[in-house]
Amino acid sequence: MSFDVAAVRREFPILSEIIDGRPVHYLDNGASAQTPLAVLDAVRRYETTSRANVLRGVHRLAERATELYEDARTDVANFLGVQPMEIVFTGGCTAAINLVSYAYGQLLKRGDRILLSELEHHSNIVPWQLLRQRAGIELDMLPVTPDGQIDLGALPSLLTSETKLISLAHVSNVTGALLDVRKVVEAAKSVGAKVMLDGAQRAPHGPLDLYALGVDFYVFAGHKAYAPNGVGVLWAKPELLEAMPPFHGGGSMIGRVTLAETTWAPPPRRFEAGTPPIGPAIGMGAACNWMAGLDWTATHDHEMGLVQRVLDGLQKIDGTQILGPASLQNRYPVVSFMLDGVHPHDVAQTLDSFGVAVRAGHHCAQPLMDRFDLDGTTRVSIAPYNDNSDIDALLTGVRHVAKTLR
Amino acid sequence: MSDELYQARIVALAKSKAGAGKLAAPTKSARRDNPLCGDRVTIDVRLDGGKIAEIAHQVRGCLLCQASAVALASSAVGRDAAGVAELRHDAERAIGREAGKAHEPFDAFEPVAGHKSRHECVLLPFEALKDALS
Repeated sequence: MSFDVAAVRREFPILSEIIDGRPVHYLDNGASAQTPLAVLDAVRRYETTSRANVLRGVHRLAERATELYEDARTDVANFLGVQPMEIVFTGGCTAAINLVSYAYGQLLKRGDRILLSELEHHSNIVPWQLLRQRAGIELDMLPVTPDGQIDLGALPSLLTSETKLISLAHVSNVTGALLDVRKVVEAAKSVGAKVMLDGAQRAPHGPLDLYALGVDFYVFAGHKAYAPNGVGVLWAKPELLEAMPPFHGGGSMIGRVTLAETTWAPPPRRFEAGTPPIGPAIGMGAACNWMAGLDWTATHDHEMGLVQRVLDGLQKIDGTQILGPASLQNRYPVVSFMLDGVHPHDVAQTLDSFGVAVRAGHHCAQPLMDRFDLDGTTRVSIAPYNDNSDIDALLTGVRHVAKTLR
Repeated sequence: MSDELYQARIVALAKSKAGAGKLAAPTKSARRDNPLCGDRVTIDVRLDGGKIAEIAHQVRGCLLCQASAVALASSAVGRDAAGVAELRHDAERAIGREAGKAHEPFDAFEPVAGHKSRHECVLLPFEALKDALS
């Protein structure tokens, strides 16, 4: 197999839109990726041929809906290299982390410690701060190196026998830095801690083998991985899912309800109270299948070739500075930069007039901005459907900003 | 579209940095953050009989926020809270949130009207000043 970017682009109708006379150069994939026809078709098929609630109905539409929903669970499991019953559909990545912080948090006691890092998305900080308020656990923070990577050299000094969980971004949503998971898992094992990875920025870039990674929890979002909004995934080791109490109470997650007490359904249903996001979950399954159909050696080379083009182009513009690894080593296709004398919002706003969509600001990572004393960065985040024309439009726009707003 | 946003008058206001800095002995001071974008504005005022005798601003934010702080600082001296509220109405008219024609210097922000996501950038200095006067 190889990689044909033109063929991939044809699968994304939005990329052929012309807006205000300009093509769409979509480089905000880290916030929300676009959706291929395969996913749109799967959701439409469900909505037009099988729409019903899942699990409880006996009529044909309910049977069809349940089958599609459970097939999607299997598709996601295959993408992650795990068993379907270990997959919990949530409302998103944030919802998945909140689920773990609540349910796994119930298993922790006052004085237990959780290790995070300074570069985490707020979604991997705030739920743990809430747990600290509720349960009296303590939080420790791994520092960040000058080139925007989690400083794993600090692991030995921060891990203690009280550390029960290490929860880190698999790929930083700001710097693009890739975590050395093996090192984290080894260190965690030495003190008996569990490891959770926030895979929001990693999952959109190819299948995973979670058993081989050796982690205990993995979460990611649908909308960043070519699926619809409103769905996310939690994977956890079966013994952890089994040990955790429910997060939300309601329909579907019960064994038996009496007015006196309730017993819980086994996982994953225990964690899917109420009607789940059925259509989005079916889209999530289709998105995993779509991703699994790409040749990821070639696709990754394509994406990283674009990263190199961004890095080379920005380095030729006076006053630009990269926040993140300077080379392609240990990074994924997310590039943050600063342009001296111009606020990132003004960079992004002007790029919009070139048809270029990027994200600017603190990227829900204010502690990281504080670490580098930054107001924010401009972030370019790349997907398989991006091509050289997207990067060239970006660089033309940045050169224009450098000329006109400084 | 965005090029129209960054018209010469807005850029000139921001670049002038008029009123930027701190007051040596402010009567009151207030900081406002925009949690969505991270823009930060701190306003110092020295009051004399309830009216602004001196004002200074520190902006860690975008060009629109900087320009708005300059425009506000250049217009606020001699005004009390009610007078500052009148200026805000002018800014709101410029960005299309209120009907009517904005006056100088806030009419410079008319190009922002079509960019709703940037309205708060223009209004953040007003929020900080309101807090400082409250």
